[in-house]
Amino acid sequence: MTPELSTTMASLADARTAWEAGSLADTLRKCPESRAEFVSASASAVERLYLPSEEAAGNYLEQLGFPGEFPFTRGVQPTMYRGRPWTMRQYAGFGTAEESNRRYRLLLDQGATGLSVAFDLPTQIGYDSDAPQSAGEVGRVGVAIDSLADMETLFDGIPLDRVSTSMTINATGAILLAMYVAVAERQGVSPARLTGTLQNDILKEYIARGTYRFPPAPSLRLTRDVFAWCTRHTPKFNTISISGYHIREAGSTAGQEVGFTLADAVCYVETALSAGLAIDDFAPRLAFFFAAHTDLFEEAAKFRAARRLYARLMRDRFGARDPRSLMLRFHTQTGGVTLTAQQPENNVVRVALQALAAVLGGTQSLHTNGKDEALALPTEEAVTLALRTQQVIACESGVTNTIDPLGGSYFVEQLTDRIEAEAQAIIADVDARGGMVRAIEAGYPQREIERAAYRFQRSIDTGDRPIVGVNCHRGEGVEVPLFRLDETAVRRQSWRLAQLRERRDNDSVGRALAEVERAARGSDNLLPPILDAVRAYATIGEICGVLAGVFGEYHETTDPTSTREVTP
Amino acid sequence: MTLETSTAVPNFWLPEAFPSATPGAQPRRGILIAKPGLDGHDRGAKYVAQLLRDAGYAVAYTGIRRTPEEIVDAALEGNVAVVGLSLLSGAHNSLFVKVVERLRERGAGNVAVVGGGVIPADDVPRLLAAGVRAVFTPGASAADILRTFAELAGEPQAAEAASPPHTSRSLAS
Repeated sequence: MTPELSTTMASLADARTAWEAGSLADTLRKCPESRAEFVSASASAVERLYLPSEEAAGNYLEQLGFPGEFPFTRGVQPTMYRGRPWTMRQYAGFGTAEESNRRYRLLLDQGATGLSVAFDLPTQIGYDSDAPQSAGEVGRVGVAIDSLADMETLFDGIPLDRVSTSMTINATGAILLAMYVAVAERQGVSPARLTGTLQNDILKEYIARGTYRFPPAPSLRLTRDVFAWCTRHTPKFNTISISGYHIREAGSTAGQEVGFTLADAVCYVETALSAGLAIDDFAPRLAFFFAAHTDLFEEAAKFRAARRLYARLMRDRFGARDPRSLMLRFHTQTGGVTLTAQQPENNVVRVALQALAAVLGGTQSLHTNGKDEALALPTEEAVTLALRTQQVIACESGVTNTIDPLGGSYFVEQLTDRIEAEAQAIIADVDARGGMVRAIEAGYPQREIERAAYRFQRSIDTGDRPIVGVNCHRGEGVEVPLFRLDETAVRRQSWRLAQLRERRDNDSVGRALAEVERAARGSDNLLPPILDAVRAYATIGEICGVLAGVFGEYHETTDPTSTREVTP
Repeated sequence: MTLETSTAVPNFWLPEAFPSATPGAQPRRGILIAKPGLDGHDRGAKYVAQLLRDAGYAVAYTGIRRTPEEIVDAALEGNVAVVGLSLLSGAHNSLFVKVVERLRERGAGNVAVVGGGVIPADDVPRLLAAGVRAVFTPGASAADILRTFAELAGEPQAAEAASPPHTSRSLAS
């Protein structure tokens, strides 16, 4: 720090003390503040006033730098939204492939610039639609995909060389990636031209989301095989979307969201390195996925903190040199848990604030939730309004005209520092526990998230944290029409599957599945035999059945007393 | 997950969760919170479990992705008064009803089953008619949940009453 700055800082501190003893004290005597303590949505103290910290005043180049350059605090591109807006990518999928295909075409017609596929739970876990485990779940939370035939229908009329697709699929990610590549082949699009993202983040499934199938070690082997295969064959496709979104949905704070997500990233990087991949070969294709909640400044700061911490981690811990390896690029979804069933129209406003936080935080792509999603899957009308919300921010708000508009705000810079420090401490904690797989097996992230979730919900139930329409400003809300799933979809899906099993060449399916089994038992990359099996129209249940026979199945062991220590 | 492999999983609660659970001998007092189906969203289930523990109940939680058969096994083994099911995937019509049916088949029709999750208002009458005793939809308050469990777990004899004591607990507008 220069002597002049040092003097400024000292006189600033003196001036603050004088202000606190004078004007502030006078006002507080006459009119006390409404609460003893002000806290953020993540229960961190929010001070009355922020002044420049020594850090912010003195270390600009080290802490913030320039957009598109290390440490990327201000953004990953030199022009950000002045170049082009973020990708407007709405997560969608339900019922059968035909119905979901219609919804995708509607979204693209309305100006969406990317697709995001929601798969149903049987597809995510690797059961066919007619398996006993799938009872009641087919087509519910996403589209039912049993084989390549369904995937062909899903992308019918959608040119895969021009539309980027994100797929929320993890335990069975390698299989759905293979199906996507095979559909592209049939469209005459080579894998090298495919753009999009495979979620492929199994660690957060054990931590927060629950669609695991195999134990952690073979699951990470599948992740590694995808990294290796995609590095050679689909250089423009993001091989993973390391996800904090579901950690936040499960109840974590903003700092925990960043901390556990980057701790997961450390595990994936180590997994790839241990397979002999070079850091700068695969790291540019690692992508991230975060939530945006309603606490506007804390959320915007969270994204800035995540970028800076990741850049430092990749450079200092893993020796990455390619700038693209150091950039944390991310998708954002507005927070599903923040939506209320009461007065559902209020959710439009929440979603707008959350989307704004994501844009102020420099997101690369964004999903905005429908106002009715606390009650059901969104209607077409709700989905369109959600997309329009993004378009209003992009076209009318003016926040896209300059890069990182909150940079330099005393408050936001100190929030950024605080979240970075919290996340760093969590990564150190996970390291001290022997890495993320060990930490998950010991229930550490699960327990920490559970505690934060409990504290948050208690604060709503006691009325300490006001939520409009829920514990304050209650009253009748407008009733909104709800989406109903066509219940005949399940029967049609099972019928299609039965037809497929009759019509395909079952000998070649058998041979392809035997090859998958052979690769699973050995150490060859699983992608080539899975691709062959998919091309032969083997079903997801058949392929996963073979893999489960070799890898085993993972079951959660729950300690029911684990939440006992939690007190409100 | 086949039934064979999943029943081989260790019990999902510690015995001390039910200090007074001697099957058949004691009045049913405990509560089982369970996640049927493939849905992994258990923030709400864990919250309700802890809320009830704080209110003084012995509560066990099954963890996610349990079959109706596994849930009924757990309920009988724990000698519980109430089974609270949580499901956000939309499969409630099929899976909540299966739990009620399996309990009846095994002579435990007096174990009250309640359910919560993303459940459209239209489905609630159907679930109540099928024997689910109360349904909590998004936005149900802690006070409402506690009151329902107090009535069902605190007065085990009332479980045999002919008419359901509760209508939907929906607070949705």
